[in-house]
Amino acid sequence: MASERRDRIERLIERGLQACAGLSVLVTAGILVVLLVETLQFFREVSPFEFLFGTVWTPLFLQKSFGVLPLVGGTLLVSFIAMSVAGPAGLLTAIYLSEYAPSRVRRVVKPVLEVLAGVPTVVYGYFALLFVTPLLQQLIPGLSGFNALSPGLVMGIMILPMVSSLSEDALHGVPRGLREAAYALGATKMQTTVRVVLPAALSGISAAGILAVSRAIGETMIVTIAAGQQPRLTANPLVPIETMTAYIVQVSLGDTPTGTLAYRTIFAVGMLLFVSTFLLNLVSNWLRERFREEYA
Amino acid sequence: MTRRLRNQLLDHLLHGAGMAATLLGLVVLGALLFDIFSDGLGRISWDFLTSFPSRRAENAGIYAALAGTVWVISFTALLAVPLGIGAAIFLEEYAARGGWSRVIEINIANLAGVPSVIYGLLGLGLLVRTLALGRSVIAGAATLALLVLPVVILSSREALRAVSPSLREASYALGATKWQTIWHQVLPVALPGMLTGMILALSRAIGETAPLITIGALTYVPFAPAGIWSPFTVLPIQVFNWVSRPQEAFLENAAAGIIVLLALLLAMNGAAAWLRDRFQQ
Repeated sequence: MASERRDRIERLIERGLQACAGLSVLVTAGILVVLLVETLQFFREVSPFEFLFGTVWTPLFLQKSFGVLPLVGGTLLVSFIAMSVAGPAGLLTAIYLSEYAPSRVRRVVKPVLEVLAGVPTVVYGYFALLFVTPLLQQLIPGLSGFNALSPGLVMGIMILPMVSSLSEDALHGVPRGLREAAYALGATKMQTTVRVVLPAALSGISAAGILAVSRAIGETMIVTIAAGQQPRLTANPLVPIETMTAYIVQVSLGDTPTGTLAYRTIFAVGMLLFVSTFLLNLVSNWLRERFREEYA
Repeated sequence: MTRRLRNQLLDHLLHGAGMAATLLGLVVLGALLFDIFSDGLGRISWDFLTSFPSRRAENAGIYAALAGTVWVISFTALLAVPLGIGAAIFLEEYAARGGWSRVIEINIANLAGVPSVIYGLLGLGLLVRTLALGRSVIAGAATLALLVLPVVILSSREALRAVSPSLREASYALGATKWQTIWHQVLPVALPGMLTGMILALSRAIGETAPLITIGALTYVPFAPAGIWSPFTVLPIQVFNWVSRPQEAFLENAAAGIIVLLALLLAMNGAAAWLRDRFQQ
C-alpha cells in the first residue's frame, strides 16, 4: 500500500519536472506567436515588399513610410565596426593565451576579460557617449556627437571576450600531436599556429565569429545611447544612425497607444531581428558541432 | 639564413600582436573604470542612496531605482530558480537521450542566443497585454525570469553532472526511489554549484535595461514599489534616464548610479566565487 502511494508521488514529481523542462519550448512558441500575430496585422496595412525593400523609415511622422532598410543598414554598419575590432583582437588574444602566454598570465588575464563581458551594456553606452566620442572628436573633426563609430568600437570591446574565449576553446581542441608534428619539421611557433593550428580550428573559430555577429546585431543599449536614433541609410560612420534594436527602445519610451500601426512596427522589426539572430545562431551551432565531430 | 631570421621575426611579431590585443581589452576596462569613478565618485553619499529622483540633479538620488531592482530581482529569482532547477533535474536525471529531450536541449541553446530586447517584446505582448499584468514589478520579474531561464538551466545541469554516479548507485542499492535519491543525495551535493550559477544568472538580470524599457517600465518613478502590482524602475533604467539628459549634473548622477550598480555586481560575483572555492572539494 505504502509503496503504491510512493509510486504515485514519484510519477507526479516526474510530471512536474517534465513540465518545467517543457516550459522552455513554450517560451520559444510564445516569442513566435507574439511576434507573428502583430507582424501579420502590420502586413495587412503595409506590404511586406515595401517593408523589406523601402529606403525611408518614418513611421512616427505625419508622412509615414515603412521601409526598414535604414534600420537594417544602421545595424549592419555598427555590427561591422564592432566585428572589425572584436574579430582580429579576439582571435589574436585567443592565439596569445592559447599558444604563447605562460599559464600564470592566462590565469590572471582570463577572469579579467570575463569582467569585461559582465559589465552591463548601459555602462558601455555611458562610456561610448561620454568618453570615446569626445576622444574621437579630437582626432576626427567632422565627427557628430552621436555616430555609428563610437558605439561600434565600444561594442567590439564588449564582445571581444566572447570571441577570444570561444576561439581559445577551439584552439585548445586541436590535438597536441598536430603541433608536435609541425615543431618536429622545424616550424616556428608562428608557422605552426598560422599554418597548422588555425586551419584545424577554423570551423570552431568561425562559429565564435558568427555568434559574435549575432550578439552585435541584438545589442541594444550602447547604440540607443550613443548612436543617435536617426534612421539613415548610409555607410558613413561619422553621422547619427539608428539600429533595429534602438528603434524598439525608442518607441517603447514614448507613449505609442496599443494597436496602432506605429505600435505594431516594433513587433515587425523585432521579427526581423529574431529571424536574423536565430539563423546566425543555427549556423554557429552547426559549425561548432562539426568542429567537435572532427576531433571527437 | 635570412629566411630563418625572417621566420623568427614573424614569430616575435605574432607574439607581440597577441600581447597587444590582450592588453587592448585590459586597457579599455581600466579606462572605463577610471572614467566612471572620476565622474561619479564625488556624488556618492548617503543622501544619494536614500533620495528619490528629482528634477534638480543635486537633490536626485537612486532610492526608488535601488528598491525597484531589489524587488524585481527577488521575484525573478523566485520564478526562475525553481523552474530552472526543475527543468535541469528532468533533463539530467529523467529524460532519455534523443527524441523529445534533444528538442528541448536545442531549444534552450537557441533561447540563450535570443537578443534580450526580444524578451521585452514577449513580455509586452504576453505578460503586459494578454495576461494584463500591466507595467508592474511582477511583469518585469517574469520577463527577466524567462530571459535568464536558459542560463539557470545550463548551469544547474552542469552542477548535477558533476555529482558522482556512484553516489546515486549507492542510494539505489539501499532501496531508495529515484526522487529520494535526488532529494537526499544528489541535490545537497550539487547545491553549491547550482547557487554559483544562479547568482551569476541573476547578476546578468540586474544589468538588463532593454527588455524592461520595452515592457514599459517607467524612467521617472518618485516612489519605491509598494507590492508586486506596483509600477517600478530599476538602476540601469535610472542610469539610462540620466545619461539621456544634456545637463552635466545629471551625467554625474549617471556615473554615480553606475558605481552603485557595479558595486552590486561585484558583491554578487564575489559571493559566487566564494561559494565555488569553499565547496569545491
